[in-house]
Amino acid sequence: MSRYVIGRIGQAVIVLWAAFTASFILLQALPGDAILIKFLNPELGLGPEQIAEIRASYGADIPLWAQYLHTVSNFLSGDFGYSVQAGVPVGDLLLASLPSTLWLATLGFLLALVVAISLSVASALLPLSWLRSSIQSLPSLFVATPVFWLGILLIQIFSFQLKLVPVISPGPWEGFVLPVLTLAIPISAPLAQVLMRNIDNVMTEPFVAVARAKGASRSWVLWKHVAKNALLPTMTIGGILFGELLAGAVVTEAVFGLNGIGGLTQRSVGHQDIAVLQALVVFSAAAFVLINLVVDLLYPVFDPRLRSREGAVA
Amino acid sequence: MTSINTASRSLVPSDAGLLESTSRYGVGTHPNDRGLPVARWLTAVMRFPIGLAASWFVMAIVVMWALFPALFTSYSGTVGVARQQLRAPSAEHWLGTDALGRDLLARVIYGAANSLSGAFVAVGVGLVIGTTLGLLAGSARGRVDGAIMRIVDVLLSIPQLLLSLSIVILLGFGTVNAAIAVGVTSIASFARLARSEVVRVRASDYVEAAFGSGGTFVRVLLRHILPNSLTSVVALAALQFGSAILAISTLGFLGYGAPPPTPEWGLLIAEGRNYIARAWWLTTVPGVVVILVVLSANRINQSFGKDRT
Repeated sequence: MSRYVIGRIGQAVIVLWAAFTASFILLQALPGDAILIKFLNPELGLGPEQIAEIRASYGADIPLWAQYLHTVSNFLSGDFGYSVQAGVPVGDLLLASLPSTLWLATLGFLLALVVAISLSVASALLPLSWLRSSIQSLPSLFVATPVFWLGILLIQIFSFQLKLVPVISPGPWEGFVLPVLTLAIPISAPLAQVLMRNIDNVMTEPFVAVARAKGASRSWVLWKHVAKNALLPTMTIGGILFGELLAGAVVTEAVFGLNGIGGLTQRSVGHQDIAVLQALVVFSAAAFVLINLVVDLLYPVFDPRLRSREGAVA
Repeated sequence: MTSINTASRSLVPSDAGLLESTSRYGVGTHPNDRGLPVARWLTAVMRFPIGLAASWFVMAIVVMWALFPALFTSYSGTVGVARQQLRAPSAEHWLGTDALGRDLLARVIYGAANSLSGAFVAVGVGLVIGTTLGLLAGSARGRVDGAIMRIVDVLLSIPQLLLSLSIVILLGFGTVNAAIAVGVTSIASFARLARSEVVRVRASDYVEAAFGSGGTFVRVLLRHILPNSLTSVVALAALQFGSAILAISTLGFLGYGAPPPTPEWGLLIAEGRNYIARAWWLTTVPGVVVILVVLSANRINQSFGKDRT
């Protein structure tokens, strides 16, 4: 067991290092240059020597491999570099924009979970077949919906038509309602699809037939026997969901003008702020790797069958 | 006589006849089937998947829009009509006009070329690079396999949007660049699928036989392994087409795709954003078009999947 854990952690570290290196190569090969974009502005009236001096102060003139080693050691010691555009350390930018995105993502994920579970339960239990099949087709509709369009549509309906949520200076919670809803709907789609498929699969298992034969109702079987077995495989899409959450946050924050990781990403792309983007890529790759690691390690904890198999092998 | 003939005489196939004929022989495949063509046609119509037909219809319309936009509208996609700004949908402008007096329907129609060609480029990039990588990994095995699949793991560990944004700023903004950026994000899934297919095909007897009868590595690869691994890769390409349209419109909305006067669907929604209080049609209509196209692409892909199994 412990050897398995160490091996998994080692793999995670290697993937993380490779993601760092890949993004470093990708971003350093850029034709554009944040320093030039900011300081080559004719209004500033800087001469070529002065610009060269500024480049030296940012460390942009030393050879690439030296920059690479430098950046690696800086990242390891928690120093993510300096944002050229904002003029502050990248670490500060990340810390400042993290709480808002964390709230948005957590609430959005919880709502998505509620939506997905209610959809899949409804699709298993509702009496009318046309109702069931229309609920089963909802996730594919959610998948096909552009997130940014959904946000705009919600603003249109709830703010302008129904005037339920004020557009200008909403309260801290009111301002969160529509973004959370916008984020939750596309994320609920893959969750609901996996849940529905799992429920269908488990429903064909012999123990379900036995329980039904003993006279259990469909809903009793669903809650007592199927739910736990169907929820477990859903954990495996954690990585995909994280990517969706992040992409959703970028778009949602752009639509609602929120200041978070998503807004930061959009601004740093617009200004070609390499240091910020590099930190964001490494940050999200780390989160992805961590989530998958935790899911893998938690599996035997939640599923006793896997635990005994691990024990038998060791 | 089978029940399909009784059904054909009355021209209205009864439920029982329909069930029996389809379950035993499928529609119109019975060897002694001498029913009226109309009846056979009716039976076929009743079994006809409306959703799938609608999907093909949507795709056909959109492809026609992309190829011959001028057939569908007399307005220009980029030049507005003076003093007709922000008109609501009417007989003159079916979907209304935008802030510069441009007909929205015309902009949606001319935008089809951008969105569809973008999706084709994106899927092409993913398909060609991903399949090549997967083919190499699956046939070479050993160290090459390990190295390629670790690269794929890294590609998977970076969220798609961040990856495509990194590539967009590397290549610069624009329709083609955004499409390439979207395509790169699908390389990993193509590579994984192609590799697993190649590994499966490679283990089969005819590949062994081809090697045994003196085929070189490249020759066996191109003549036997590649054609036999392609089916599910092509199905994935159809699936990626829908999500590529979505991803490209997202990049367009964020402002990294086509530059402003170009009628691109994501950009149309972004431009309509400033007028949501006055002109709901500017954002709603392009969004509905995107949803319909993506839904249709996914539905068509699903039907392919069903045929094969």
